[in-house]
Amino acid sequence: MVIYVLRKLAFFIGAVFVASVAIFLLLRAAGGNVAAIVLGKDATAEAINALAHSWGLDRPLPIQYFDWIFKMFTGDLGQSFRTKEAVASLVTDRLSVSIPLALSGLLLGLVIAIPVGTYAARNVGKPSGAVLALLSQIGVAVPVFWAGILLSVLFGVRLGWLPTGGWIDWSQSWVGAIRSLVLPVLSLGLIMAAVLIRYVRSAVLDVMNQDYVRTARAVGMTRTQALLQVGLRNAALPIVTIVGLQIAELIGGTVIIEMVFSLPGLSRMILANVAAREVIVVQSTVMLIIVFVIFVNFVVDLLYGILDPRIRNAA
Amino acid sequence: MTGSAPAIEVKDLSVGNGVVTAVRGVSFTIPQGGRMGLVGESGSGKSMTALALMGLLPMGWSTHGSVLHDGVDLVKQSDRAFSSRRGRTISMVFQDPLSSLNPVRRVGEQISWVIRRHTGADKKAAEQQTIELMTQMKLPRPEQLVRAYPHEISGGQRQRIMIAMALACYPQLIIADEPTTALDVTVQKQVLRLLNGAVNERGSALLMITHDLPIIAAMCDTVAVMYAGRIVEMGPVQEVFRNPRHHYTRGLLDSQPTMDNIALDGSARLVSIPGMVPPLHNLPTGCAFNPRCPAATDKCRTVMPELAGEGLQAACWHPVDSASEVAAQ
Repeated sequence: MVIYVLRKLAFFIGAVFVASVAIFLLLRAAGGNVAAIVLGKDATAEAINALAHSWGLDRPLPIQYFDWIFKMFTGDLGQSFRTKEAVASLVTDRLSVSIPLALSGLLLGLVIAIPVGTYAARNVGKPSGAVLALLSQIGVAVPVFWAGILLSVLFGVRLGWLPTGGWIDWSQSWVGAIRSLVLPVLSLGLIMAAVLIRYVRSAVLDVMNQDYVRTARAVGMTRTQALLQVGLRNAALPIVTIVGLQIAELIGGTVIIEMVFSLPGLSRMILANVAAREVIVVQSTVMLIIVFVIFVNFVVDLLYGILDPRIRNAA
Repeated sequence: MTGSAPAIEVKDLSVGNGVVTAVRGVSFTIPQGGRMGLVGESGSGKSMTALALMGLLPMGWSTHGSVLHDGVDLVKQSDRAFSSRRGRTISMVFQDPLSSLNPVRRVGEQISWVIRRHTGADKKAAEQQTIELMTQMKLPRPEQLVRAYPHEISGGQRQRIMIAMALACYPQLIIADEPTTALDVTVQKQVLRLLNGAVNERGSALLMITHDLPIIAAMCDTVAVMYAGRIVEMGPVQEVFRNPRHHYTRGLLDSQPTMDNIALDGSARLVSIPGMVPPLHNLPTGCAFNPRCPAATDKCRTVMPELAGEGLQAACWHPVDSASEVAAQ
């Protein structure tokens, strides 16, 4: 197991490195001359050069890259060109919105998908199973923003139970913060659930046809016991895989949901900074998200090792 | 145990899924401690018969007829009631021990689960019994092996684990479905010897499913030959193998490679039965074997023969001995 973890850790570090180079080069290639764009078309060459120099953009690329990376290790994510605000402090504020949103959305998705998907698998070929499969199919087809708008119209406008959008900060009122998160989390969670239900259903269905489930029943497990004690434990592997893959989907979903419900989250901040050509802010925050996604996949790999002795030993 | 009642009494068992019928009116009885072999080609319905007895048919398949065992009709049992019997009074050893063991549980846990389920033993006692059982199964270093996962041990060891699970609670009847087919030839004999010994020691009855006739000859008292979902011949092993009455049994025996029919120059003179097993959805009328049978007549093509005879029973209008007379006429 130790060798397995070390190997996965090496892979994690390698992936982060490659991603950092890619994001750095992409932003340089796509950004054009940032100083020129910011100063407008009437600016003189001297003014542009002076601004580029003051932002450190005239240094050779490798130096810019290593400067950025080494500072990241010390927790310095750079600062905004214009406001001089530290990116780290900009980000932490935003994360107090985005992290609860993304994690609760994912959790809600799983809490719905695992039992419903398992139920659908047990009732395959029966009307109840078919209805669930159909509902999840529809759920997959519903864009997350539309789900958000529908929920907002129903619970916010019609019933008036919850705010239709906006944000009350945790420091002001945590009840208010939770209230502003309920509808966004619900939209994200339902859409996640719709996708996951289908995977859970097919994973459980596949496992239940395995010989070892038959053996479990041949030595005295009831159908339900075999499903819960043998089936789900073995189905966990493909389910964990798909959850890992859905993380990227989840982050995409939070971008849209933050727009729909006007939440001051990380995604909205990135979009605003892309428009403002704040290269360092975008570079550092995107890098943070990438590290998070790679980290989740690292955790998924570790879970494989815990869930499946065959993988653990193969390393 | 209910006195001298048979270990299992199968009456007119049929298994179908609404489209095809894989087992068609099979009846047989295995007395307490008796050993019956069930032979036939793939698709003859022997595995379906076994799964029907265990109540473990794949989804969509259903059973008709009756299976009397330990005072109840298994066909009428609910899943819950049946599950308390499986592994306790009736149990089964499957063909491929790798796919049949749970890949993510240690083998010791899998055996001790069965003991705890049916005897109510506590964890410690069950673990102790597991180690004893594994010692009986001649597994090396059982104290360490309990912690192994199925993929970490050899095929022969896996099948011993499977047998240990099936025999843990001294069942009245053990069904073994091709228990050595997936194993290396070198360990087949060891595993069979072990199964034989363990079944003997427990006084359990055995239903041995295989297409390997020498195994049946060595381990069973009676044999039933299945073809296209029906038993076509049944009787004491010696009689059936020495003097088969059904032409299909004759053909099966002739197509077994033995030392006698391998010529000195190394070429084998094996006989094979012409034609193929008919598909279940398109069975010929009359005797299902008639298109491949050397003695088939118009009667065979129209009227289905029933099992007949004392001791050795065959479902054939022109049994082997009289076949030469038919041909002579």
